[in-house]
Amino acid sequence: MKAKKVFARAYIWLLLVVLYAPIVFIAVFSFTEAKSLGNWTGFSMQLYRNLFSGAMQNSSALVSAVQNTLLIALAASIVATLLGTLAAIGIFNMKGKKRQTMTFLNNIPMINPDIITGVSLFLLFVFLHISQGYLTVILAHITFCTPYVVLNVLPKLSQMNPNVYEAALDLGATPAQALRKVLFPALRPGMISGFILSFTMSLDDFAVTFFTRGTIGLDTLSTYIYADARKGGLTPELKPLMTILFLLVLVVLLVINMRQSKNNVKE
Amino acid sequence: MNKRTGWALPYFIFLVLFVVLPLLLIVVYALQDGSGHFTLANLGKFFTDRDSLSTFALSIEVAIENTVLCILIGYPAAYILADKNLNRSAVTVVLFILPMWINALMRTLATAELFTMAGIQLGKGTLLFGMCYDYLPFMIYPIYNQLNKMDKSYAEAAQDLGATPREVFRKVTLPLSMPGVWSGVMMVFMPTVSTFAISEFLTNNKIKLFGTIIQENINNSMWNYGAALSLVMLIIIAITTMLQKEEPDES
Amino acid sequence: MMPKNPIIQIEHLSKSFGDKQVLDDINLYVRKGEFITLLGPSGCGKTTLLRMLGGFTAPDSGRILLEGKDISDVPPYRRPLNTVFQRYALFPHLDVYDNVAFGLKLQKVPEEEIEKRVKKVLKLVSMSDYEDRDVNSLSGGQQQRVAIARALINQPRVLLLDEPLAALDLKMRKDMQIELKEMHKKLGITFIYVTHDQEEALTLSDTIVVMNEGKIQQIGTPIDIYNEPVNAFVADFIGDSNILNGKMFRDRRVAFIKHEFDCVDEGFGENVSVDVVVRPEDIYFTDDPAKCQFTAKVNSCTFKGVHYEMWVDTDTGYELMIQDYDPYPVGSEVMLYIDPDDIQVMKKERRFNSFPARVTGEGRVTFLDTEFECDTEGFSVGDEPVATVRFEKVDLLDHEEEADLTGNVVAILYKGDHYHLTVKTETGENIWVDTNDIWDKGDFVGIRILPKDIKLIKAESGNE
Repeated sequence: MKAKKVFARAYIWLLLVVLYAPIVFIAVFSFTEAKSLGNWTGFSMQLYRNLFSGAMQNSSALVSAVQNTLLIALAASIVATLLGTLAAIGIFNMKGKKRQTMTFLNNIPMINPDIITGVSLFLLFVFLHISQGYLTVILAHITFCTPYVVLNVLPKLSQMNPNVYEAALDLGATPAQALRKVLFPALRPGMISGFILSFTMSLDDFAVTFFTRGTIGLDTLSTYIYADARKGGLTPELKPLMTILFLLVLVVLLVINMRQSKNNVKE
Repeated sequence: MNKRTGWALPYFIFLVLFVVLPLLLIVVYALQDGSGHFTLANLGKFFTDRDSLSTFALSIEVAIENTVLCILIGYPAAYILADKNLNRSAVTVVLFILPMWINALMRTLATAELFTMAGIQLGKGTLLFGMCYDYLPFMIYPIYNQLNKMDKSYAEAAQDLGATPREVFRKVTLPLSMPGVWSGVMMVFMPTVSTFAISEFLTNNKIKLFGTIIQENINNSMWNYGAALSLVMLIIIAITTMLQKEEPDES
Repeated sequence: MMPKNPIIQIEHLSKSFGDKQVLDDINLYVRKGEFITLLGPSGCGKTTLLRMLGGFTAPDSGRILLEGKDISDVPPYRRPLNTVFQRYALFPHLDVYDNVAFGLKLQKVPEEEIEKRVKKVLKLVSMSDYEDRDVNSLSGGQQQRVAIARALINQPRVLLLDEPLAALDLKMRKDMQIELKEMHKKLGITFIYVTHDQEEALTLSDTIVVMNEGKIQQIGTPIDIYNEPVNAFVADFIGDSNILNGKMFRDRRVAFIKHEFDCVDEGFGENVSVDVVVRPEDIYFTDDPAKCQFTAKVNSCTFKGVHYEMWVDTDTGYELMIQDYDPYPVGSEVMLYIDPDDIQVMKKERRFNSFPARVTGEGRVTFLDTEFECDTEGFSVGDEPVATVRFEKVDLLDHEEEADLTGNVVAILYKGDHYHLTVKTETGENIWVDTNDIWDKGDFVGIRILPKDIKLIKAESGNE
């Protein structure tokens, strides 16, 4: 029995080491000035300094790529959350064929690999003669983010007392007031987790952005890295950026996890 | 009866416009030639062109190998994580999920660089390793969830009826965890077939996968052929989805 | 007898959900200030009717008048009515004060006045110190009171209550019933209450509206409904009863359990089949042979706290339930009598099954969405007669193989010497069956009707 436990722990730790080796690798080599990955020319914070000064002056392409990434993620997530929440309320009140259809349509962006989503939207914008740039990328991101919002809000709707909306109407609220004052507060946890999920998916996306950004030179972090890697060199400042992002995500996930276990204890 | 169903209307319109219509356009473009006439030539080209077919076959092969590899490595990991006797740390679980949130391209680049540093030639072996590395969390997470949600009393009932731990696993735990495995397969198989950037990095462009040729065609304005290739992929998705309908799950 | 100014008038209200007719031509008026209860089993339409008054469901046809004005098209947030929901529906993200003040805040009532009114209404429901409490931490009974306060503070003309006490335990329910009645008396506003609990209805109401399958069965005061139910359904639903087949010879003379009795009902005609109901507490034991109307043997005797409940077999083969303060030993022969006043004669809803039918071939007819063989003499293919089947000629089977169609038992009425069942077929229609077999509500049954038991009659002859 003890052996089983030891073996299990060893297996897990081995996997974790392999999983994190590249990430640790990047982090370690972010503290050196060498241009190419894997070269150690002595401890230095220079790359970090470059990164932040670049950010201050808005000067480098990398920094603008990061800004675009954040902007697009924010815009897409906000719209996705609103659109998805309203949709979830509507779907929750549907039955039978209508509900099946909506659920099926909602699932499609989640099932499709991102290259299909990217190519199909590319063809759409070409067909509609919409020039590709910020707008098309944001629309594309809304497309693959909203289903996840719906998926997060629907369970909260089933946990909610079914008469709460009607009670608000009964007491004199118009549908819009009832939505704002009663439904949104009740659904807030689902909306928040949907928002966070959307934001993360948007940050991480590559293929969809790749096909819908057009030729105006719009770059997100992912497309920047792609272009950069193809050129052969790797912008050294990417290393500190990745390290910082990794730490941020780690902290956010741990915080969410702690909030979840606190809620579980409360119940 | 409920006027609230109308609130889903904006989203419905959005879905029709941005999901249904684009997919239809793929079909339309795939079946047209450059001047808008109906033709099966694009699809024909795919089925007759040796390069396309071999790339396609290779992609499917790699996807299957990757999926199997992920299951072989990932299932034990998920099992250990979900077993309260072997793991009580929620943080460990988080650590496995974390890589999903790091930019995939960056992780892949770092992996490729590590290989080069270690002197390992970039090729099929590194491709498979890199793919598995990238997609492993996506296999572990659904299986872990499924095992976690599973009612412990099934295993206890089996033991009560005389099953050894090995038999409990084979006859009870494994079958009941299948929905999670299916979920993982869905999250690994199709994306593997359709990746393009990752295979470029991990093989120094030596090996091309299906996603890559789609991307190349679209970029070179060969929209019709690119759409045709995408259509092939859509058909595969439809097939795998229908297979999955017999194993419904709630991820 | 409609008063001059009923506060609510419901005219010809009908509603279907899919093929199910949930409300069928409902006509009703409500007097100002009264406590009126809609009573019936689940699915009878009472909640739908209440929701229509509140504005959450729209009728297919008919209209609702509030103080003479048609409010059928007015949305719920503009109706001067308020609803207390079955599971309270308190807003989980607001505390007690904000929940109660919700309606007033929407009306932009000034803050000081809100505070005054909140305090006043919380006092009325005995929840004075709970203003800052989290509603999720309150018990069922407390949430109930907050829900009532939240509705009342808006000074509605009518308060609608949808089975508000259903989720409480027995003791809490009884206490709340008393409080509700006092609240009603104190406030003087009209209460429209929905429940399936007949005891609750009898306790609380000025007027009871008994409903079943979308139709109103009877409207009356609790005493009227209890003492003089108009049909077997109402008699069975309210209180315990002995419901028996009977024959009305002429005014004030009826026969049942194969004995003749004097009674006080008139106007049924001569030699008419009727239903008779006698309450268990209205059958009396006697030692005096001169008073004895019939004899029986005691089968069982159970102590029920307030009285003894006994089942007896009459000399004529019928089983009756008797409630008395004194017990009689099992096996003893007893002498019984019933006062004419205590015999309630009711019109039969139907004397046999009748269904609209269509002749679909030589010797074949279709009704209840099923084809049967029967004697079609006198009719041609395409004719639409009425197919009649006596209750006792419908066979119920516990398997499908020999059945003509299937259904589920939805109601069981014991008639002293047999059971009168209501069976809902797979296509949603009702068929009535007399049988001595014991079935349970909800049982899945096979239905078989032999050809010789189907009699076709011309459609104009009516359904009785």
